[in-house]
Amino acid sequence: MLTICENNVAKIEAICREFNNDKGELINVLHKAQHTFGYLPEEVQEIIAANLNTSLAHVYGVVSFYSFFTMIPKGDHPINICMGTACYVRGAEKVLEEFKKLLNIQVGQTTKDEKFSLSSLRCVGACGLAPVVLVGDKVYGRVTLDGVQEILDEYKG
Amino acid sequence: MDTINITIDNKNFQVPKGSSILDAAKSVGINIPTLCYMHLHDLNTTHKPTGCRICVVEVEGRKNLVPACATECLPGMVIKNQTVRVLNSRKTVLELILSDHPADCLTCPKNGDCDLQSMAQKMGIRHLHYQGEQSTYIKDRSPAIKRDMDKCIGCRRCLTMCNEVQTVGALSAINRGFMSVMAPPFQMNLEDSVCTYCGQCVAVCPTAALTEIDHTAKVIRLLADPTKTVVVQTAPAVRAALGEEFGYAPGTLVTGKMTAALKDLGFDYVFDTDFAADLTIMEEGTELLDRLTRHLNGDPTVKLPLLTSCCPGWVNFFEHQFPDMKDIPSTARSPQQMFGAIAKTYLAEKIGVKREDMIVVSVMPCLAKKYECSRDEFKTDGNPDVDYVLSTRELARLIKQASIDFDSLDPAEFDHPMGESSGAGVIFGTTGGVIEAAVRTAYEVYTKKKLHKVDFEQLRGMEWIRESTVDFDGTPIKIGIAHGLGNARKLLQDIREGKSHYHAIEIMACPGGCIGGGGQPLHHGDSNILLARQKALYSEDKAKVIRKSHENPSIIKLYDEFLGKPMSEKAHHLLHTHYFDKSNHIEITKE
Repeated sequence: MLTICENNVAKIEAICREFNNDKGELINVLHKAQHTFGYLPEEVQEIIAANLNTSLAHVYGVVSFYSFFTMIPKGDHPINICMGTACYVRGAEKVLEEFKKLLNIQVGQTTKDEKFSLSSLRCVGACGLAPVVLVGDKVYGRVTLDGVQEILDEYKG
Repeated sequence: MDTINITIDNKNFQVPKGSSILDAAKSVGINIPTLCYMHLHDLNTTHKPTGCRICVVEVEGRKNLVPACATECLPGMVIKNQTVRVLNSRKTVLELILSDHPADCLTCPKNGDCDLQSMAQKMGIRHLHYQGEQSTYIKDRSPAIKRDMDKCIGCRRCLTMCNEVQTVGALSAINRGFMSVMAPPFQMNLEDSVCTYCGQCVAVCPTAALTEIDHTAKVIRLLADPTKTVVVQTAPAVRAALGEEFGYAPGTLVTGKMTAALKDLGFDYVFDTDFAADLTIMEEGTELLDRLTRHLNGDPTVKLPLLTSCCPGWVNFFEHQFPDMKDIPSTARSPQQMFGAIAKTYLAEKIGVKREDMIVVSVMPCLAKKYECSRDEFKTDGNPDVDYVLSTRELARLIKQASIDFDSLDPAEFDHPMGESSGAGVIFGTTGGVIEAAVRTAYEVYTKKKLHKVDFEQLRGMEWIRESTVDFDGTPIKIGIAHGLGNARKLLQDIREGKSHYHAIEIMACPGGCIGGGGQPLHHGDSNILLARQKALYSEDKAKVIRKSHENPSIIKLYDEFLGKPMSEKAHHLLHTHYFDKSNHIEITKE
């Protein structure tokens, strides 16, 4: 059986209340819950469904549809590679492949030591710096293949 | 009604204003093909996700083809349904759907009754020009329903039935694009979800993505086993629909032919679930009167309204979604389970057969009954009271496999002692029937007066939620009726909020009651078929000499010889049950 602590239940209830427990606000509730917990595990979705008076199937349908939502906990340092047009034409895909190779994970996954997770996104509005990589909130511009290892080294140790 | 003028394929028509091109065309006899659209007229349900794109037509002045199901007719609209462009486009769309569909029609459970197959046939598909990736999913077998999502074409009819009509919420569309599939949350098995096994998703699935678990092969083997005594019971709604599988008009009663076919198939005893329905009335009716009398005498602990409990889909529904109210429904088992319990005790003793050598098979309009018979509380030392449940469709297959010419069968009678039933037992198969049967008996027991008019027209009909007050010789008894779980939910919410004023409520999970059950011949959304089946049951009731459950001589004898009286200790043990809270998936901890 799944478990969740009272404290977290109270947090979810507060988020739902903020949106008047309105099932039409499901996406906003999920956004906020993911911001709070870092990801959307089954138990969080279940409490949200109960509070918004909708089915768990519906909540999961929405979570699984949008690539922004994740059911896998993010690493301590979430890595986002911009795949917007500008970054893409300047080699973002190769940069992404390099991250996958060095971390030995796929997009949407987290390393075993829970240090890094890998995602892609579309355009952070810094096209002049393409290709762009974000680690947490920190922006790295003009990233080269050799630069990938350097970025990771910053967070190791 | 306001009408407008439109042109379809160079012919002028007058059609209702506001109607879609698809509905307008249908109203003038032009059937535009579709795979996803579904319109259940009398049930106020329309499903048009515009997903399949088979129904595209050309509209003059528009560059692109439009989906006929979701495009409203405008005055003077010029529609073309038969151009080369339209036909080619439909064929291409269909071929693309088929490119991700297993081509195993010959061995498919829906062979011959599949919308996709007949569409391919209608469109004259002879080659598949596209080869691409095929989606593969793990097959999911629950006790009642099989999910084979390789065969899903994404029409989403099942979602409309599960989420909007039934409000069960077991299924949703998950993931996106090519990976999108209809599934329970987290892709859990149906068995672990809130599914009630009502089978309405199965009833509308155009392909074999959702089918019933098939027990025909097991039953054939048991019929051939000389060491087993195989007893069969047939639910009331089966006789009003089975004929459709053999080309009879909807609403043709085939009770006698069905009984004859079952005897030809080799069942040792052919009995009637209607007998057990009469027994249900004795128990449920007594329970109602007991609660009612205590309530009228001012006992504040009495739980009212009493909710009927013969529908296993409905039982699953409240166990999952309203567990706080699990002490309100009657504790009486469903007729199917009462039959099984009596067959494997009273009957087994009477005919000198050991419990383990007796096999009880049910023929039911229902898929939830397949699950019901597997519940632990209906087993004695691991041996179930009812061993196998066949749907109406499965019985038809069994008869066809045995090369029985249904049409030429001479009607046969049910066997005794569990084949005799009153008219009250017959109408259990339709919405309103259970409560009418209960009222016929409860009235006479309560007032100690003879009921001269047994037809309670005010309880009949097809409206989703109905209510009526029946005068019990000066005491007004308020009755509610709901069919379709979405409507049951409304009444339950009223009870939860203390707004309900009924003494008794009848609930059936399926639209129309058992006549529209998930195991019945497919009605493809034609509610006239449901009305015809309903009429058939009332006519069988009317033709019966005995029309009240407590006057059924076999029932009287059963109490005399075996059970004592209704709600006796023995009756409690064999004929009543208890319910479970199935809502808890999650434990809330301190830390």
